[in-house]
Amino acid sequence: MSTTANQKAGIGSVLWDYLTTVDHKKIAILYLIGGMFFFLVGGLQAMLIRIQLIVPENEFLSAQFYNEVLTMHGTTMIFLAAMPLLFALMNAVLPLQIGARDVAFPFVNALGFWLFFFGGIFLNISWFTGGAPDAGWTAYAPLSVFSEGHGVDYYSIGLQIAGFGTLMAGINFLVTVINMRAPGMTYMRMPLFTWTSFIASVLILFAFPALTVGLFLLTFDRLFGANFFNPDMGGNAIIWEHLFWIFGHPEVYILILPAFGVFSEVIPAFAKKRLFGYSSMVFATILIAFLGFMVWAHHMFTVGLGPIANSIFAVATMAIAVPTGIKIFNWLFTLWGGQIRMTSPMVFALGFIPTFTIGGMTGVMLASAAADFQYHDSYFVVAHFHYVIVGGVVLGIFAGLIYWWPKMFGTLLNEKLNHWFFWLFFIGFHLTFFLQHFLGLMGMPRRYWTYLEGQNLDLFNLISTIGAFFMAVGTLVFLYNVVKTQMKGEKVSGDPWDARTLEWSIPSPPPFYNFKQEPLVRGLDPLWIEKMQGNGKIQPAEPLGDIHMPNRSLTPFMISLGLFIAGFGIMYQGGMWVLAGIGFATTLGSMLYRSLKDDIGYHVHKEELEEEGDGSNG
Amino acid sequence: MADHTNSVENSEKHEFYKKKHREQMKHQVVTFVMMIAFTLIAFGLVIAEVSAMFTIPIILVLAAVQVLFQLYYFMHMNEEGHQWPAVMIYSGIFAAVLTILALTTITWW
Amino acid sequence: MAEDVLKSGDLPENPERATLEGRNKFMGFWFFLGGETVLFASLFGTFLALRNSNAGGPAAEDIFGLGLVFIMTVLLLTSSLTSVYAMYHMKNNDFKKMQLWLGITVVLGLGFLGMEIYEFYHYVHGYEFGFTTSAFSSAFYTLVGFHGAHVAFGLSWFVALMIRNAKRGLNLYNAPKFYIGSLYWHFIDVVWVFIFTVVYLLGKVG
Repeated sequence: MSTTANQKAGIGSVLWDYLTTVDHKKIAILYLIGGMFFFLVGGLQAMLIRIQLIVPENEFLSAQFYNEVLTMHGTTMIFLAAMPLLFALMNAVLPLQIGARDVAFPFVNALGFWLFFFGGIFLNISWFTGGAPDAGWTAYAPLSVFSEGHGVDYYSIGLQIAGFGTLMAGINFLVTVINMRAPGMTYMRMPLFTWTSFIASVLILFAFPALTVGLFLLTFDRLFGANFFNPDMGGNAIIWEHLFWIFGHPEVYILILPAFGVFSEVIPAFAKKRLFGYSSMVFATILIAFLGFMVWAHHMFTVGLGPIANSIFAVATMAIAVPTGIKIFNWLFTLWGGQIRMTSPMVFALGFIPTFTIGGMTGVMLASAAADFQYHDSYFVVAHFHYVIVGGVVLGIFAGLIYWWPKMFGTLLNEKLNHWFFWLFFIGFHLTFFLQHFLGLMGMPRRYWTYLEGQNLDLFNLISTIGAFFMAVGTLVFLYNVVKTQMKGEKVSGDPWDARTLEWSIPSPPPFYNFKQEPLVRGLDPLWIEKMQGNGKIQPAEPLGDIHMPNRSLTPFMISLGLFIAGFGIMYQGGMWVLAGIGFATTLGSMLYRSLKDDIGYHVHKEELEEEGDGSNG
Repeated sequence: MADHTNSVENSEKHEFYKKKHREQMKHQVVTFVMMIAFTLIAFGLVIAEVSAMFTIPIILVLAAVQVLFQLYYFMHMNEEGHQWPAVMIYSGIFAAVLTILALTTITWW
Repeated sequence: MAEDVLKSGDLPENPERATLEGRNKFMGFWFFLGGETVLFASLFGTFLALRNSNAGGPAAEDIFGLGLVFIMTVLLLTSSLTSVYAMYHMKNNDFKKMQLWLGITVVLGLGFLGMEIYEFYHYVHGYEFGFTTSAFSSAFYTLVGFHGAHVAFGLSWFVALMIRNAKRGLNLYNAPKFYIGSLYWHFIDVVWVFIFTVVYLLGKVG
């Protein structure tokens, strides 16, 4: 229906289509565009940081502007690039992997995207209105409370809006996995990417509320004269650190678990073997999530919590290395004896394993509280978290994007360029960050605007900056590849990788109702089972019938727009209060409209479905 | 579709469910009476200025029990089909307890 | 076919979970409440960390009056029971009685909210205990105010549902909405149980 109509549609109707869509596959594309945009913005900020540090006592950026760039680099990459790109992958494939026609809450799913989008835009408007946030991505009080201008207000309100969106996206995926699985898709037959996304959503559900509260307290302190973090009035700045890290530590697992999931899909597909130790992988994922909630104070070892608290959190942190190690060995054992195909997603996976292991080992080093007093706030920490976040999450995102690109767009990215991208990015990454371990051990503190000559920091900083340029060129190669591939528009089959899971059993890109007939799942890696034991096609679990679909809606956009407008009113106050009135009226009015107006969706009729193909990947 | 036998069966079923609901409602009212009683005890202990060492643990336990009553009776968590809600509520309680413990014990200043 | 969910009349045993949409709403809302648990825990933790930080301003034992809080507690507990009655009638497919009991719930909730507003007004004007007075006052108003905002939101939700469906009665489309509304209301009560214990009673005990 809509698939054929879109091909000749004008720009206006395409825009309207995406503004009102509740289709998870289109929301995935929206997340991809939004996340990629902010990834480039964050990358540009990273380049500014590295150029500033290329030589000692550089004056390329002013100190204040450096603080802003540095703060926004971290904030953008975590909240506005990595999370949405992962949501793009989840939206694109999670429902397909479990044989669902849709997510549990299509409307809420769209709302989650628009809240993220407006939150991100809100945050970045600060560049043009007198300065971005400058208190670090962690916004530690009391620095963040007393930071001048409105920069930190943009941080607290922007992240608040985006955070609501994340929470909703998390609940949506949880219920989708629990209620929407196809017949035969038991929990222990779910692909690992679905499992890790599910567990990451659990973490979102319990971690983001702590951030919500922390941001509210910060907003109240800065804008309404509250005293949570003001010691003169009895406030306590440690509360912020606790709340931020109670959110912040699970957050890094929210990022890395789906990336683990991607590699657990890519490696079996290109080693032509089922995943080694499937159930131990599931168990390790759950264990990481559980432990991940009990380690946040390892970010606060030097605060002075005392030896008992520090020891407890040190031991809990080191314990996480065990389930993570289980995963690493499972991937290695999956590779062992497999018929390995060196496709670009596989190369990313192979690059990931050693890189992430290095990051994991420096993590254990940092976990020993006594040693952490030396490492704390030095470039050693910077090197560590870039090894896990870039070496884990970013490599995972790109492996997933390249792997599922055919499923999302029906085209295959150029493999040669993908390999160029990988090698430039991978070599650049290690050039940039490996030496930062030593810069840290030599005493270079993180977040400093510049450094003095003659302290043996010059050469390593120079090499680090050169590495950053390699990464930038690699990213440009990827962008060029995307543009080139989409311009060419060469369509591929539904299963170009000869893969194993359910999403590859339907056409690329899938029809808007995903599965013509609900698939019958006979085991783990259902498509592979049918390839080996059946005719290569998934058997239907039901006769062809009408398919229920949700209606499109502009309401998610309006709800989010309202909060965006209200944010300015709350921040600037005075005469701008009227904006808060307009904004909240828009949001609450849209919510009321949603509540009062019946929205029962529509049916695609059997007769229409019969005219289209048989719904398989062929 | 609704032929004669079906509607007889239906009305029997309705009677059965009505009875079941009435039974449940009795439990709810008993629960409510106990919650009011707990509240009275908690306020009474504080107003009577019983020693704090005794009062504080007692009123915290009374609150916890009241909350379990709310969850299991008023919110029907004792009924079937509530496994996942229970998992998520208890996970939430787990995270909540950690948060409160940290903020009360290791918020150093 | 899709319109079937809007028909009132013969409803199955658990109308709130009879459709896939209903089951999704039911599940998703419970999970949301799991998240809300952490939200309120963060507020409670902050309050507990700051409960003695009155910076020379009024302290807990100076201002809290247990009489008012007791009445508020009874109001909210009773409203929780009346919303149980509403759900009882929903399961018996008796729409009019459900509306009646929901109406009583709303009245009790409004009473609670009115008393809370009076209480805040009293603190601000009687004791000069404002939002910015001390860290303790900020924490108090934020925690109790967040709860009050939840009450106000729950009341608006009930009223909107009652008015919207007044004419057409109960069906498979609105039954889940009523049901999760009542879950929300019970959760508000759960939070209040801890507020009266931790904020007011512990505040008096010291």
